[in-house]
Amino acid sequence: MEAHQIPLNWYLFLSATLFSIGIIGVLIRRNALVVLMSIELMLNAVNLLMVAFSTYHNDPAGQVFVFFIMAVAAAEVAVGLAILVMMYRNTGTTDVNFLNKLKW
Amino acid sequence: MVQSLFYFLAFLSVLSALLVVFSRNAVHSILFLIITFFSIAGQYILMNAQFLGVVQVIVYAGAIMVLFLFVIMMLNLNRETEPQTSNLVKFAGAISGGMLLIVLVASLKGADQIVPANGMDVRTGLISNLGKVLLTDFKLPLEVASLLFLAAMVGAVMLGKKEIE
Amino acid sequence: MSDALICLIPALPLLGFLTSNKRLGKTLNGITSSGVILAAFLLSLGCFLELLGGHAPFSYQLFEWMAVGNLHISFSFMVDQLTSLMLLVITGVGFLIHVYSIGYMHDDEGFSRYFGYLNLFIFFMLLLVMGDNYLVMFTGWEGVGLCSYLLIGFWFKNQEYNNAAKKAFIMNRIGDLGFILGILLLFVQFGSFNFAEIFEAAKDLSFDEPMLIAATLLLFIGATGKSAQIPLYTWLPDAMAGPTPVSALIHAATMVTAGIYMIARSNVLYTLAPFTQDIILIVALLTALLAAVIALLQNDIKKVLAYSTVSQLGFMFMALGAGAYSTGMFHVITHAFFKALLFLGAGSVIHAMGGEQDIRKMGGLKGHLKITYATFLIGTLAIAGIFPFAGFFSKDEVLAAVFERNKIAWILGIAASAMTAFYMFRLLFLTFFGEFRGTHHQKEHLHESPPSMTLPLVVLAILSLVGGFMGIPFEHMHWLKTYLEPVFAVSHELVPHHHAELTMELILMGITLTIAIISIFAAYSIYVGRKARPADDMASLGAFQRMVYHKFYIDEIYQAVIVKPLEVISTALYGLFEVLIIDGLVNGSGWLAMAGGRVLKSIQTGAVTYYIFYMVLGLAAILLYNFIN
Repeated sequence: MEAHQIPLNWYLFLSATLFSIGIIGVLIRRNALVVLMSIELMLNAVNLLMVAFSTYHNDPAGQVFVFFIMAVAAAEVAVGLAILVMMYRNTGTTDVNFLNKLKW
Repeated sequence: MVQSLFYFLAFLSVLSALLVVFSRNAVHSILFLIITFFSIAGQYILMNAQFLGVVQVIVYAGAIMVLFLFVIMMLNLNRETEPQTSNLVKFAGAISGGMLLIVLVASLKGADQIVPANGMDVRTGLISNLGKVLLTDFKLPLEVASLLFLAAMVGAVMLGKKEIE
Repeated sequence: MSDALICLIPALPLLGFLTSNKRLGKTLNGITSSGVILAAFLLSLGCFLELLGGHAPFSYQLFEWMAVGNLHISFSFMVDQLTSLMLLVITGVGFLIHVYSIGYMHDDEGFSRYFGYLNLFIFFMLLLVMGDNYLVMFTGWEGVGLCSYLLIGFWFKNQEYNNAAKKAFIMNRIGDLGFILGILLLFVQFGSFNFAEIFEAAKDLSFDEPMLIAATLLLFIGATGKSAQIPLYTWLPDAMAGPTPVSALIHAATMVTAGIYMIARSNVLYTLAPFTQDIILIVALLTALLAAVIALLQNDIKKVLAYSTVSQLGFMFMALGAGAYSTGMFHVITHAFFKALLFLGAGSVIHAMGGEQDIRKMGGLKGHLKITYATFLIGTLAIAGIFPFAGFFSKDEVLAAVFERNKIAWILGIAASAMTAFYMFRLLFLTFFGEFRGTHHQKEHLHESPPSMTLPLVVLAILSLVGGFMGIPFEHMHWLKTYLEPVFAVSHELVPHHHAELTMELILMGITLTIAIISIFAAYSIYVGRKARPADDMASLGAFQRMVYHKFYIDEIYQAVIVKPLEVISTALYGLFEVLIIDGLVNGSGWLAMAGGRVLKSIQTGAVTYYIFYMVLGLAAILLYNFIN
């Protein structure tokens, strides 16, 4: 393939946008599932950026790292959903604001 | 050609991401998330990170989203309406997220347009190269990752168990 | 005798203080306490004999006390002729009083504490006289004030005694303020605290320089506090609340003479400030007269002696004011002998009477307390100034020196002398002559004191008898003046001492002796011949007599003019500053912290959403900061 004609900056902006959207999602939504999904979105934004840098600097370490991030994300989703199920069993709802005992 | 492909994929991913966040229905959110994952996988392929593009589809779109769907089906969530967040919180969230975006963009704006001078080695993303690096320089994290999975599995099972009365 | 040995002189009593402990038992405490003083006395005797034989004054630096920039103050001792005399008096009379106290305080609970305080007092007094600069002297000065407070309030369970102790200490401190200012003024002028350096530099000054007048006046104010002159004398009669041997040691023989020692030591400065000397003379004269008048009507045996002490101190200061420094020291020494004797004798009487101190309830004791009576008689004769007892020579010399200075002052001095003879013999007659006026119970218990108490009385009586012969007024026979000559040499150079002719001196001596004898006969005829008795109820006296009996209401005046306004100011300041401002600040900051906390804790809502919100904001802030920089 010929040399990439897409400057690295554009990947930066795209990644930043996806990351911010993910954060907005975490802040706005009260459904625990959607919160988890927003977190996955943030992780993906980071992955995208790392792959971009890795490609542009000819360093495979970046892609290997992304591989590991995906592994960790998978494990995290598994445990997170298990917790969510437990929460649903105990409180009957998936509203995150229901668990507010950690206050003054 | 490449550029227009990039624009299309980028637009797709941002749009579906927005829809993930702003959908009322949780199942719709999951579906849009799957579309986002596929577009990002497309970006990977565009960069010739073949291995990762495939892994993205398999692991994320294939496994993780299936897990989400399982949970939603199990909890029967698509029938309930979610309590509305107050307007104040929506505003606050939008503003703070927007601020973050602006700051990020502003700080990154000054970076030079990087086009690699000495040419990109397109073989970086090939699975053989990645495999070599993974199994030589990153042996230890690989093994530890397996332990991580073990812990996650045990944790998930323990958490999901019903109390035996 | 090496110079370093002089350090032992104060160290031994300090050791005695540190080792006094209730667990040692009364005998051991008494023996060790008295033993260290005896050892110090022997060392002082050694110093004295060496100095007599022509040895140069001893000096020894213990350690470098303060070294700041150009200022070097060392903690060092010096024993010259003046100091050696004071050492002998302090340790000698101190030892006798220690032995006396073993008998007097025998039944007291705080026996070991008493002896500890006594030793501590001797230690500080020795520091005072042995210092070679004003700061070491001041250390001793303050220390004896402290020990005076401890000993006056020895029976601390009685609130009256505690008040008397506080009064003594506070009045001392007021005088000490003047003392400190005087020392600092001297430092500003001469750049040193050391005696030798200051006096050397002072020699070149002219007479009556304003700074010198100010410094000497301030030092004299300190002396009025310590040596009970007007206006700071009212603590001394109240100080009789302490045990009688304490009154003998501190308020007759040693502490109150610290002021006179200080002025004698600084004689060069005072000779150069005749204005201050005149002031000293006037104040001393007034004090001597005032105290003598008050003593005429007092009924407590110790109070009479207390006022007599104030009066005699006035005499000593009169001598200093007239420029006769060795005369002042002469009277200090003889006064130590007979006043200690009188106080110890009074203690013996009180002991025999089971604690009674009112002379209206005594009488006819000379048959029962023979040794006490005999020694008391000798002491009274000495203080009245009868030949050949000690008081005759010293008091005469004082009056002669005053005569040189000012004839009117001499006449007033004679008047005070006459009153002294009168009230002392009044005391003697009312206590020992006539019939016994006490209760039957007291009569049963009348007994002579044990030997530990009577032996010191006898020794002091012998000293009161022969002590005067050290100062026979004839030329070449006045041993004391010759001995002290090196200390006062500079003063005598600056103002040549004008000796009165021999005939004049003899005439003066005759006059004083005659007047004293007339007073004695007057007292005899009133109190033994006509058997007059002081009224039991003071309300029946005339108005002037009542005023005299109530000490001219000076204590009450001080209370109203000084103490009360201070208390009012203190209460007002307490209400304003302490409660409002300081408490307000402290409590306010606590309140502020709590209020702030209350506001801040509303952030902790428990909903994780808000926490993430704050995190995002923080993240944005960090990135912004990095971007700006």
